[in-house]
Amino acid sequence: MTRRRRTALFLVAAVALGLLLVVALAGLPGVGHYHGVYGLGIQRIAVAQRKATDIVNSVTFDYRGVDTMGEEFILFTAAIGLAILLRELRGESRNSDEEEGGEEKGGEEDDEGDGSEGSAEPERRHRATSATLRVAGQALVGPLVVLGVYVVTHGQLTPGGGFQGGCILAAALFVVYLAGRYVAVARVRPLPLIEVAEALGAGGYAAIGIGGLISGSDFLFNFVPLGTSGNLLSGGTIAALSTVVGLEVAGAFSLVLSEFIDQRLLRGGGT
Amino acid sequence: MSFLAYAVAAWLFLIGLYGVVTSRHLVHMVLCLGVVQASTYVLLLSIGYRTGAKAPIFADIPTSSRVVDPVVQALTLTDVVVEATVTALLLALVLQAQKRFGTVDPDEIGSLKG
Repeated sequence: MTRRRRTALFLVAAVALGLLLVVALAGLPGVGHYHGVYGLGIQRIAVAQRKATDIVNSVTFDYRGVDTMGEEFILFTAAIGLAILLRELRGESRNSDEEEGGEEKGGEEDDEGDGSEGSAEPERRHRATSATLRVAGQALVGPLVVLGVYVVTHGQLTPGGGFQGGCILAAALFVVYLAGRYVAVARVRPLPLIEVAEALGAGGYAAIGIGGLISGSDFLFNFVPLGTSGNLLSGGTIAALSTVVGLEVAGAFSLVLSEFIDQRLLRGGGT
Repeated sequence: MSFLAYAVAAWLFLIGLYGVVTSRHLVHMVLCLGVVQASTYVLLLSIGYRTGAKAPIFADIPTSSRVVDPVVQALTLTDVVVEATVTALLLALVLQAQKRFGTVDPDEIGSLKG
């Protein structure tokens, strides 16, 4: 099908879809006139029931805890899948490198890559990172880690939680990459540790869920004493689940970023 | 009664889809898919919105305050996580496609396969 005909076909379909959307959305209550029974009920009882002041996290890690476990496993599986996909690429690069003797200088569309990290490092002249970026990056790493840990551990009180804080922690790793060189990233990024963090995050969630069973109730039952609303140690398992999710997310995104960075270096870019 | 937020969601969905259909670059296509998914965030959040309400976090407001729906916010969180993973996986597939076909133009990949 030619490009023009495909676009024309799409436009016809889009008009039809748009009309259906208008009909469907017009049936919803107007924006600002929310009256969902579930949402209104939960916000009335959640603080008294769970002692956590961030109701979004009460929903995420308690009332809908099983869904969040599925969500966490999606992330886990995707990170593993991505690692498998990209490591296969890396294997191909190595093989072709042996065949062609690593002569290529990189940069072309069908470049086969420049071999493994070991041989690429000494040969390749990295483009120097500007001093500003390096200083700003190094200054940012510490605060980012602190902020990440804060967001992960205070999810039950204020906006935040494991998913958000985990992203910030992974971002700290990326700042190291921006500020320095691949060598530095390789040093602060022990891949086995990242993988262990990821596995602990995924396994820990299930383990806390089983803790609910052991306490004589349901899977993911909030079996820890709930504490006083507003304290750091409140909300029972919400804080614990948030922390393991933080581990999982930080691990998964670090893994994803590392794999992409490795690809970039293999395919002929600098730092 | 305002429907502007719903209109934004519908617009994002359609314009993102348009981007996917007319894309000439796989990375561009992945980002357009992200625009399509962004429409679901707008839709979810605007469904849960209540006029004049605060965020559903009672750290410094009384528990009797009028707040927006926390359930759709939690759903949006799930949505964002799924989008991040989908984007990461698709970008990895783009790298694979580039490696295998030597091009990232979806049309050329289609014609190569025959």
